[in-house]
Amino acid sequence: MSIRDVSAAASPPENESEVTTVNPDTTSRPAVNIAGVQPAAGHQPRPTTPVMELSGVSVYYGAYEAVRGTSMPIQEKQITAMIGPSGCGKSTILRSLNRMNDLIPGARVTGSVTYHGQDLYAKEVDPIEVRRRIGMVFQKPNPFPKSIYDNVAYGPRVTGMKVANMDDLVEKALRDAALWDEVKDKLKTSGLSLSGGQQQRLCIARTIAVKPEIILMDEPCSALDPIATAKIEDLMFELSNDYTIVIVTHNMQQAARVSHYTSFFTAEVDEKQERHGRLVEFSPTGKLFTNPTDKRTEDYITGRFG
Amino acid sequence: MSTPTLTPTRPDPSAPGAALTQRRSRPGELAFRVAMQSCLAVAFGVLASLLGWVLIKGWNRLDSRLWTEMPTGLTSRLDTAGVQSALVGTVWIISLVAVICLPIGVLSAIYLEEYANNTRWYNRLLELNIQNLAGVPSIIFGILGLGIIARTLGLGFTVITAAIVLSLLVLPVVIIASREAIRAVPQSIRQASYALGATKWQTVSRQVLPSAVPGIATGSILALSRAIGEAAPLLVLGAVTFITFNPDGLDSAYTALPIQIFTFIARSQSEYTELAAGAIVLLLTIVLAMNSIAIFVRNRFEKRW
Repeated sequence: MSIRDVSAAASPPENESEVTTVNPDTTSRPAVNIAGVQPAAGHQPRPTTPVMELSGVSVYYGAYEAVRGTSMPIQEKQITAMIGPSGCGKSTILRSLNRMNDLIPGARVTGSVTYHGQDLYAKEVDPIEVRRRIGMVFQKPNPFPKSIYDNVAYGPRVTGMKVANMDDLVEKALRDAALWDEVKDKLKTSGLSLSGGQQQRLCIARTIAVKPEIILMDEPCSALDPIATAKIEDLMFELSNDYTIVIVTHNMQQAARVSHYTSFFTAEVDEKQERHGRLVEFSPTGKLFTNPTDKRTEDYITGRFG
Repeated sequence: MSTPTLTPTRPDPSAPGAALTQRRSRPGELAFRVAMQSCLAVAFGVLASLLGWVLIKGWNRLDSRLWTEMPTGLTSRLDTAGVQSALVGTVWIISLVAVICLPIGVLSAIYLEEYANNTRWYNRLLELNIQNLAGVPSIIFGILGLGIIARTLGLGFTVITAAIVLSLLVLPVVIIASREAIRAVPQSIRQASYALGATKWQTVSRQVLPSAVPGIATGSILALSRAIGEAAPLLVLGAVTFITFNPDGLDSAYTALPIQIFTFIARSQSEYTELAAGAIVLLLTIVLAMNSIAIFVRNRFEKRW
């Protein structure tokens, strides 16, 4: 099944100014739907149980509250997209889901993030164990300066996975990441020799090699061209059969194309002129893009605000 | 606005495109270029004349006698004198310096870059001290070594004392170079490693360090070649002049090439000056070889992100 209802090439450039470069025609349309956004039929959310729950999550950098009061579920084996303008805190929230924020000096999380009911920020939780189960793919492809094979084998090696045959595991991960056919004859060459899109699929292969339950993706396509983006999107959809995926994206069409659920974040300016990210709406993707509950969501997806 | 024409016509001097063809002279550009080239010429000229002088002066002594014969204080035996004991002493010392200061320097750099919380005052103080230590005159290190290592610790005027003092001398340089190399490893590599469930030490030892090795090696070799040329601390650390045997252990008396050169030069006979010039060429060759290795390592293993 193809998930592509619109040509990827029709996407606006995926950069910081995306919101302001949305075709101005869309602002005059009466309908809420923006051009090309038609959630695919296959993306009807399945009734599942949440594997993660955020409730009242605020993230601080030092004294600055970057995101306040976020509550939403992450449904099992579904794709949850986070959209919103720059600086709305969606990446910050994403990084709080596997404690990558721990690596930023001064970052602090309040509220609760639970994984199968266990609070991720409880004292006795080991962040290393968290990240073994909740993997992450980054905005810029960042393969290790090692061979393709070693890139994939790194995770299983460092996590001490019991691996009967590493070659098989590497092949399986590369196949699942739709990269095997392109690299099977050059597994010993450097991961950095691949193209950008291949590098990103290598990063996905590397992530699924440790068999995480959840994969977080932080704007995984924003450094890629439309063809590579299309491949990654197809791949995400395939992977959602086995994995729970959370994706941050600047590209509304991408969220509409691939996700089952979408959360819309925005930035609010408070009385002290400080910007705080805020979750505005969390809905099944089809509903959020066709019949949003909140006026701000509607304004954003129709290009009236950004 | 003019409309484009299909047939090329003689350019109208008032057209916007015509302005592109009027090359202006820019005297500032030229003056700056000349100034830079003069500076380079001065630096290179001084170096070249020094090299030329020692080559001419030491030409007669540039043969195997340099490393097969021992130094002598007797003018009558000057024909058969060389600097073997100094050469061997230098090799001893520099090998020990490498063994002592590389692990300490690299581990310190890892601590400061990867583990230290630099919002803590003691870590900032540590950093400041290392920067300052790199600027302390080497004779001070010599005096420190004399007082603490040779006398208080009782290691005496030996190879190991010299090696420890020279290690302390170049340690700040090694630490700073290693930190630069570690810092140059992109943060994205660390994040990727952590996101796969790697621990801090796994990330440092399997990703950061291997990527930083070329930079660390380059900086360390340059630091070692600085240590090779140091004479001042060894002067107060009892490097023996005119020693006629090679060091045979850590507690052996020793001499080193810079010291040997210094004592040769201090003598009035022209034969000694010639011998000194020969020894200088030998020392420069070693330094040049080490720096070449550093450049080779840097080019060979340079990582591109």
